[in-house]
Amino acid sequence: MSVRTNEVPPPRSADTPGDDLVVAGVSKRFGGIPALSGVSLTIEAGKVHALVGENGAGKSTLGKIISGVIEPDEGTLSLGGRPLVLRSPRDGLAHGIVTIAQELAIVPGLTVAENVYLGSQIATAGFVRRREARRRFNELARHVGFDLSPDIRAGVLSLADQQKVEIMRALSRNASIVVMDEPSASLSRNETLALHEIIRSLTRRGSAVVLISHFLSEVLSLSDTITTLRDGRLIRTVDAAGATEETLIEGMLGRSLSSAFPEKSPCETSAPLVLEVEHLSAPGVDDCSFALRRGEILGIAGLVGAGRSELARAIFRDAKVTSGSVRLEGAELTGHSPHRSIRRGLVLIPESRKQMGLLMGRSVRENISLARLNLVSRLGWIAPLRERHVVNEMLAKTTVKAANMKMPAMMLSGGNQQKLLFARSMMCAPSVLIADEPTRGVDVGSKRAIYDLLVQMAKEGTSIILISSELEEVIGLAHRTLVMRHGRFSAELTGDQMNEQAVLAAAFAETSAT
Amino acid sequence: MTNQAPDTVDPVVDHGLDSANLRSNTTRFLASWRTAGIAIPFLILFVTLSISSQPFLHTTNLINILDQQAATLCIAAAGTLVLVAGGIDLSVGATYGLATVVAGEIAAHHSPVLAIAAAIGTGLLVGLINGLIVTVFKINALITTLAMSFVIGGLALKVSGGNLIVLSANSGFFKFANASFLTVPSAVWMTLVVVIVLGLLLSRTVFGRYMVAAGGNAEAARLAGVRVNAIRVLTFTLSGGAAGLGGVIDISRLLSAQAASGGSALAFTVLAGIVVGGTSIAGGEGSVWRTGIGVLFIALIGNGFNLLGVDPLYQQIVLGLILLMAVGLDSWARSRRR
Repeated sequence: MSVRTNEVPPPRSADTPGDDLVVAGVSKRFGGIPALSGVSLTIEAGKVHALVGENGAGKSTLGKIISGVIEPDEGTLSLGGRPLVLRSPRDGLAHGIVTIAQELAIVPGLTVAENVYLGSQIATAGFVRRREARRRFNELARHVGFDLSPDIRAGVLSLADQQKVEIMRALSRNASIVVMDEPSASLSRNETLALHEIIRSLTRRGSAVVLISHFLSEVLSLSDTITTLRDGRLIRTVDAAGATEETLIEGMLGRSLSSAFPEKSPCETSAPLVLEVEHLSAPGVDDCSFALRRGEILGIAGLVGAGRSELARAIFRDAKVTSGSVRLEGAELTGHSPHRSIRRGLVLIPESRKQMGLLMGRSVRENISLARLNLVSRLGWIAPLRERHVVNEMLAKTTVKAANMKMPAMMLSGGNQQKLLFARSMMCAPSVLIADEPTRGVDVGSKRAIYDLLVQMAKEGTSIILISSELEEVIGLAHRTLVMRHGRFSAELTGDQMNEQAVLAAAFAETSAT
Repeated sequence: MTNQAPDTVDPVVDHGLDSANLRSNTTRFLASWRTAGIAIPFLILFVTLSISSQPFLHTTNLINILDQQAATLCIAAAGTLVLVAGGIDLSVGATYGLATVVAGEIAAHHSPVLAIAAAIGTGLLVGLINGLIVTVFKINALITTLAMSFVIGGLALKVSGGNLIVLSANSGFFKFANASFLTVPSAVWMTLVVVIVLGLLLSRTVFGRYMVAAGGNAEAARLAGVRVNAIRVLTFTLSGGAAGLGGVIDISRLLSAQAASGGSALAFTVLAGIVVGGTSIAGGEGSVWRTGIGVLFIALIGNGFNLLGVDPLYQQIVLGLILLMAVGLDSWARSRRR
């Protein structure tokens, strides 16, 4: 293996840049359900080609076919005019096609550098050349502007940092085509900006980028070409210059979305205080105080890592609280057990529905009734009829689309899975609901449904703490916004003060305003 | 009313087609493995043995199998709960051994009721300690129970002084497992009760749901208000108690006790029965009645090989292969889920 000294990894020479990838009439079925039907498009070298569509539209499937993770049932691929048959991701790699997947593929026990060069070990006669690996790593890190130590175990990194590792792994392979599936979903704003710069530099080098993203503004600002998919069919491929968010949404939904956010109903300033947090400190949370009124939606904004989720878990008494107090309806919350918090009427929808929210292999019914089985049981004995009745009621309220309540949660779309968590929470009839990133990885149509749910719950008297990395979401829904930075509140914004500039200024502020 | 019949039939037919489309053949096969699963090979084996071996279908032979498997069935039924809740209990064999010598020592000098209570109590206590170590000190269940099985084995030797304890057949203690009701010994009846009660506990109660949740996704369960640790401790305690009961049943049946009885062989037989019954080794899925069938399936293989006069060597090989198949199917089912 030759040692490269130039700073920028050069495009691989086997398939020279300039080769276009042509996808012709590709179809794929999963267990009889068509995931893609007859999709044809051309991925041009040196351009960013975005795939947009609701969850389940077939974007990820198409991405996986392009990178060789799955084989199409029908249709062909060709690269630079030569037919391309990919049987595995390894085949894809051999042709310079790499993927940065939605679900991270990090080996937690290996170091950052080892993860980056995983599968392409820098080795002589089977021995890993650590120094060489580190030198290359540092070069690559400098190039992409990521601040990561090569020797830390990947398992201890935050989600965003793990994603960086994944991106670096892809870049280390001198890819000619990079498939990115929701790359910025868990990145903070400046990390996202760095990612965008990487994408642009990739295309400058002649690589093609296939970008799968829910963030339409990101898609519009980065892409050269945008393909809209709906129900596995290609709706249209357009030049990004001629597209707007409205036309994209219209293409994705097959109808236009009336308005992104439900109308705000004012929160009465005379409403009683439900939750009082005083000088709360916990790991990642530093002396936070605020109060919440009945029916109020409080937005908590901030960068990833600012301590928002940590605050949520401290209030929920799921993390060790070092000092301060949380009072719910006048009485202090003590101990540290989610069980007691839920009994008292404080419910958390965690940030990761797969890892922290749902039992993916279990039925819709079991997932919903889990937190309040005492409502549908007598002396520990579950009453099946009563359970079915209550669950049905919750399914109707939250507009979950499931064939039946025996379906395992994993069979539902991301949006419907998220609604399951809302159904579970509603069954608890909470006085305070903490929703941590409630629309992450959720399609446009379901997003609006979740917004409606939040507003509806607030109208019915539940106070809501909304944590979100999507600024417009916080601004569009919250009555009041607290901005966090380094575990502290750096600003409180209400009414007209709540705008993207003010929130960002507070989130990035070098010296805290309060 | 008859006019409406076609209207109501149509949607039903449509629905049937839809759900047929929804699932591929393989997932349907896997779903049936999970729900009916082991019952089908069990029936095939049962019918085959009935045809090929004259003595097999005799009531005495069948009751004998159940009587011999009584302890294993009880322990495996409780062990299913441990596995479903995300744990594993390798100490049941040693606990069983300890229970037999405790019961034997006491029954030799005191009342049989005291002996039975002490043995089951010992089992419960061991299970409780297992559960507390696993949850409070957060030590891996496999290692905890493996280590505990050495400790318990040593204790059992201490209690018995390394001797074989032999009881007389006319003590009241003998009746515990051998009293006959409707020609079936009480050991089998007790086993039936244990399997039914634990089966209902898992499938019909709040505790059962919590076990499934704790094993399926402990973090999600905890955030949904399930006291995961308490549930796990409960399952280990039940498992220990069942091992105690199993020990008492067998010493009452056989009238002899030895510290080394049970041991790792019993622990692995129990685990094999649970896994062959389709309970996921990774937790979050399983059923007690299928464990029952799994244990009996393994017992039938042994019984059949004996009746047909096949070299017992092949019995082990076949059992190993079946176990591999069961675990393979489980992991395949889970990989398809991604």
